[in-house]
Amino acid sequence: MKKVLALLLAAVMVAAMFAGCGSSEKTTTETAAPAGGEAAAAGTAGAVKIGMSGPLTGGAAVYGTAVQAGMEIAVEEINAKGGLQLELNCQDDEHDTEKALNAYNTLKDWGMQVMAGPVTTAPCNVVAAECANDKIFMLTPSGSGASIIEYGDNIFQICFTDPNQGVASADYMASHDLGTTIGVIYDSSDVYSSGIYEKFAAEAQVKGLNVACVEAFTADNKADLTTQVTKCKDAGCDVVFLPFYATEAAQVLTYANTIGYAPTFFGCDGMDGILTVENFDPALAEGLMLLTPFSADASDEATQSFVAKYQEKTGIVPNQFAADAYDVIYSIYQALVAGGATADMSAAEINDILVAQFTSMTFDGLTGKGMTWQATGEVSKSPMAVVIKDGTYVGAE
Amino acid sequence: MKAVKFLQYLINGISIGSVYAIIALGYTMVYGIARMLNFAHGDVIMVGAYASYCVTSYLGLPAPVGVLVAAVVCTLLGILIEGLAYKPLRGVPSLAVLITAIGVSYFLQNAAQLIFGSAPKNFKSIVTMKPLVLFNGGLTITGEVIVTVLACVVIMIGLTLFTGKTKMGKSMRAVSEDRDAAQLMGINVNRTISITFAIGSALAAIAGVLLCSTVPTLMPTTGSMPGIRAFTAAVFGGIGSIPGAMLGGILLGVIETFSKAYLSTQFSDAIVFLVLIVILLVKPAGLLGKNVQEKV
Amino acid sequence: MKLKQYVSRHRSNLVIYGVVILGFILMQSLSSAKLLSSSVQGYLVPICAYIVLAISLNLVVGISGELSLGHAGFMGVGAFTGIVVATLLKTVIANKVLLLVVSMLCGGVLAGLFGIIIGLPVMRLRGDYLAIVTLAFGEILKNLINNMYIGQDVNGVHFAIGTEKPVLAEGGSMIINGPMGATGVTKLASFPVGFALILLTLFIVLNLINSKEGRAIKAVRDNRIAAESVGINVTAFRLKAFVVAAFLAGMAGALFGLNFSSLTASKFNFNTSINILVFVVLGGMGNILGSIISATVLYVLPEALRGLADFRMILYAIVLILVMLFTWSPKVKELRSVVSAKVSGLFHKKEVGADE
Repeated sequence: MKKVLALLLAAVMVAAMFAGCGSSEKTTTETAAPAGGEAAAAGTAGAVKIGMSGPLTGGAAVYGTAVQAGMEIAVEEINAKGGLQLELNCQDDEHDTEKALNAYNTLKDWGMQVMAGPVTTAPCNVVAAECANDKIFMLTPSGSGASIIEYGDNIFQICFTDPNQGVASADYMASHDLGTTIGVIYDSSDVYSSGIYEKFAAEAQVKGLNVACVEAFTADNKADLTTQVTKCKDAGCDVVFLPFYATEAAQVLTYANTIGYAPTFFGCDGMDGILTVENFDPALAEGLMLLTPFSADASDEATQSFVAKYQEKTGIVPNQFAADAYDVIYSIYQALVAGGATADMSAAEINDILVAQFTSMTFDGLTGKGMTWQATGEVSKSPMAVVIKDGTYVGAE
Repeated sequence: MKAVKFLQYLINGISIGSVYAIIALGYTMVYGIARMLNFAHGDVIMVGAYASYCVTSYLGLPAPVGVLVAAVVCTLLGILIEGLAYKPLRGVPSLAVLITAIGVSYFLQNAAQLIFGSAPKNFKSIVTMKPLVLFNGGLTITGEVIVTVLACVVIMIGLTLFTGKTKMGKSMRAVSEDRDAAQLMGINVNRTISITFAIGSALAAIAGVLLCSTVPTLMPTTGSMPGIRAFTAAVFGGIGSIPGAMLGGILLGVIETFSKAYLSTQFSDAIVFLVLIVILLVKPAGLLGKNVQEKV
Repeated sequence: MKLKQYVSRHRSNLVIYGVVILGFILMQSLSSAKLLSSSVQGYLVPICAYIVLAISLNLVVGISGELSLGHAGFMGVGAFTGIVVATLLKTVIANKVLLLVVSMLCGGVLAGLFGIIIGLPVMRLRGDYLAIVTLAFGEILKNLINNMYIGQDVNGVHFAIGTEKPVLAEGGSMIINGPMGATGVTKLASFPVGFALILLTLFIVLNLINSKEGRAIKAVRDNRIAAESVGINVTAFRLKAFVVAAFLAGMAGALFGLNFSSLTASKFNFNTSINILVFVVLGGMGNILGSIISATVLYVLPEALRGLADFRMILYAIVLILVMLFTWSPKVKELRSVVSAKVSGLFHKKEVGADE
């Protein structure tokens, strides 16, 4: 009898919970708005609602939080100008496709009119399909996978694509005679890293580069990268291509230094930020080459002002993710203003305006001057190679 | 030259294996005495590394002070976790405690993110020794490798002596053999378990410092993956056995490195776990585990 | 008379079915009346999948009493099989529901096959050793899927595992592209099919539990030596339970996989296995209704906490610890039994009234 009672109670609980979902969700979105949209100081009435999702907790949180901070700075600046107001809501997707869909739906319930995200490629693939279906304009700051923009005409990227970087890296190595024997270490469990590697390998074959050693690691065994470095050393590689993030690259550089192995290391845009890793010895990165659209050391006023504000807000130097995020908000703002969009328009109307603007406008941002977009959603921004000398980026030509 | 390379990979394997071994020692001690899989152990490592980082980088104190502070912080944390989250669940099925441990693990990771942020920090190695270079540069033994392996051996010998010779160690073994009988003999079971947690957590702090000296990136998630590897190593060696944890950890490191070096870096995870399964099928209680017959 | 007997014997099972059906009717009517927010609408299919995963894992953990840490591996096998089958048969089967069901069945069967391959050696082991071997198999499956390429072109289906990707003819496309996973998947999953899968799972699992073998296995779980001494040998049943659980996890995985337009192997990692285990333990070992409720609540909880921004996951962790302490701690249990005795006195009258 007691058991039945317990079960009945449980049944009531379930029913209450299910019924409660609908209503509790409304309160959630309401509370989420001030939490994520601190930037909307000018008040929510009459502001265009911009949604962002990215990894704000977990192993990839460093990228998501950088994007969030970059966007918040841009929104604060724009709202301070008066005129068209923006409201930002940032949701955590834990770098997980499933959570990304939940984050997207939460933003949709909040009334999102423009999607400025997600941050990483795998969630982008899921959200892009939804945005294409719901006719919500999507511009990702850093989802660089080639497949993302294939989901629809309203999906745009502001970073260069992975294939683009892979090809550019191989071309650069071929045309600048960096070395005779090339080694590659990549993260085979990561969409970004393996995407770049795949195109790099194809292009290297075309250019006749001598790739002597290809080694992988996975998210599960990246605590120990010594074997991969040792193998590159033993294969006599004088150039080592590292298409992954600064976090793991710091490991490779440190170990290579301890065993006295000093080839030319070559990275992609994920490598940006290595100099700003707290307590990192810049001497280790001496001579490292990387492709990046952004340099926190740049002397132009816009960059310096952004870097100062970012440091004030977070206490750290912004990386390429933060700069791309800042550009995302400004490019959307430029397109909204140019297209005469207002906050009371529906997401679909804004979508049409933004698609028309993005395919026709030119945008100058922190990560590139004179950016334009193709109808496919790809940005025309050529990767720029830099080399680290005395702890700063120097253009490498 | 081939032999030299082999030696280099072996040394690299022993090095990472020793880190696994120190973490696995913590796992295995707690398991042997409290009969629970403490999945939060990996995150205690991370806390230890952060504690040491703060002392050496922010306060500018020398590395040994950092290690000491890390050990103290982790010991207190271990006692605190045990008292708040595990002690109220004494005597309930171990699975329930396992889930609580997972909750603690989430908590530590997220607390670390709130305090230190998600951006990685570069951990300065505590070892200042120059690497040994042999065979004209064919073989390099870094200072970290020497210190890690030495620490591992010292800790194992120390623990073996502690459990074999001291009163506290003997009561630990008694509790692990038969908790009720131990209590009847006047052993304070709760205190024994708390002390085991304290020792295990202090070991985790040392492991954290050594891990981050070899792998310099420190993030809130730094401990979780080596934690799972070490758990695997502890079971592999025979969970509850101190020399078993040591052997399991080192073997796991060596197998991992060899499979990367000679077979495939793409499939190294699959190879490592396949070897593990085969060994467990041959020796179902782990390498040095006792195959205890249940008493009726 | 017979019906009454049946009802009295299977009362608790009927309650489970009743709860699930009620929940479905409620959500489905709210959904068709367009009263659900997009987020709640989005939770429905994943919750169905997780409920099935939790029930199937409960069969292994709660009923057989074996700790399995690789359930997500079976889920992954099912998910990727489902995606491949759905993509290949898209032109053959026009009906979306039928295509989904066929894909789920294929996903389940393949996961079940892996269940046999893994179960045969694993059943020799016990306790934590079994746990670690299932963990190892889960990691192996994830690693293999991560390096697997399946493509389709005019010449047929191409398959490769390793670093060499198959070369496809003009117009061909990759269905599973190694580490990049599956992209551009047609979303087929729907809530009614998810509900039907829960019913099927309940039917299979409850029958298995209430069978003669099921009672035997519970006897072994509770006291192996005593059970063996009266001649109960249940290796075959343990294997059966393990394989059935793998099969159901595969079906749930296929449902889950076809709910997203893109999927990577890294989703099916140790953390996902642990999450499912949390559902099972929190709901109560062997308690099927508990699994259903805890899977639902724990899925919704982190989503409902989104308003807390930075403090979301830390609060989730605290809630998890507190709930474990509250449901398991002997002291709290004592306290609760006193309270519930008083409360049940109040509810007793109400229930009599409901029967009339």
